[in-house]
Amino acid sequence: MGAQLRVYKRRIRSVTATKKITKAMEMIAASRVVKAQRKVAASAPYATELTRAVTAVGTGSNTKHPLTTEAETATRAAVLLLTSDRGLAGAFNSNAIKAAEQLTARLQAEGKEVDTYIVGRRGLAHYNFRERKVAESWSGFTDEPTYADAKKVAGPLIEAIEKDTADGGVDELHIVYTEFVSMMTQTAVDGRLLPLRLEEVQEESSAKGEILPLYDFEPSAEDVLDALLPRYVESRIYNALLQSAASKHAATRRAMKSATDNAGDLITTLSRLANAARQAEITQEISEIVGGSAALADATAGSDK
Amino acid sequence: MAAELHVALVAADREVWSGQATLVVARTTSGDIGVMPGHQPLLGVLESGPVTIRTSDGATVVVAVHGGFISFADNKLSLLAEVAELADEIDVQRAERELERAKAEGDDAAERRADVRLRTVAAR
Repeated sequence: MGAQLRVYKRRIRSVTATKKITKAMEMIAASRVVKAQRKVAASAPYATELTRAVTAVGTGSNTKHPLTTEAETATRAAVLLLTSDRGLAGAFNSNAIKAAEQLTARLQAEGKEVDTYIVGRRGLAHYNFRERKVAESWSGFTDEPTYADAKKVAGPLIEAIEKDTADGGVDELHIVYTEFVSMMTQTAVDGRLLPLRLEEVQEESSAKGEILPLYDFEPSAEDVLDALLPRYVESRIYNALLQSAASKHAATRRAMKSATDNAGDLITTLSRLANAARQAEITQEISEIVGGSAALADATAGSDK
Repeated sequence: MAAELHVALVAADREVWSGQATLVVARTTSGDIGVMPGHQPLLGVLESGPVTIRTSDGATVVVAVHGGFISFADNKLSLLAEVAELADEIDVQRAERELERAKAEGDDAAERRADVRLRTVAAR
């Protein structure tokens, strides 16, 4: 076998092996998306009920709460960025990071100091590499987040917002995550969690045009709000974590699908080249034989005379 | 037919139970409260503890609720809990083991959780 042909054969073998791996990863990701989507759907009733309750307290009482009132001049803000632990998901992580950086730039332009909180090793690695300060980070659960994980993340954030700005607390809490729109579309979005914009929450919950009744609060509106808001933040973070996980799996699936397709194309091209090389080799051998035998025939014909 | 109210008991990650009921008894921070059909709109903070639901076919469902809220309006009652377990789902032996372990280690939160589970099973 010619040297050229051997090289082609070897490359075909290695690309075939790669294709098998990416195909397997694609299938794993596909099954995980479905599972993650189911979890997003399962968390929806809790989130809707909680949003309804928050709206009810927020609109049904004149309670002032640090988590619902905007500071007149906000000077410090926290940004929570949700990324994944592992890569191989196309532009998933870089999109989220880019969105967070735009948000940070915007907040800084408004004259606010920004504390960054990060979920996921990828985002953390990005910030560490650039030696930027990260207030706190979590990782290890981004593939399948549980409610306990969301609580773990929400704890320090709620603490920071309840603290006075002068003691290192923050006035605002923003979250950047990847919204799961469909299997094909996932977009990095940013949103302000706190202080609550009641109008927005209201819009979300009363899309059906229902009128909220006048509630009796047990024990009191303030206490209910005190207990309710942290849960609301936790549930929002939980929902964002779940969506981010589903998006990550969908992005992985897509990236691995195109990798598999590419490998297939590469194999086709390489086999064509290998076939051409083989043909050239055969043609060369034939012409060598023909040429040799012709020379031999000429020589014998000459010696006969 | 007696009046009924619709109950939805949702935990953070799933819907635990939903159906028609005639009476729901839960413990809020300011004491036990019983909700029957036609109750005034209500929003309260729940204590960890068993919640008893008398369903419209006369059966009783007992649920262990670990912190959460109760909200009632338009004859629809929602119980929101971070963690909620039906009495049937609770593994008594495991809860007892947990209780002992928590007592030995002085882990108050775990002790309370196990205690709520056992009380729920006892109330069934």
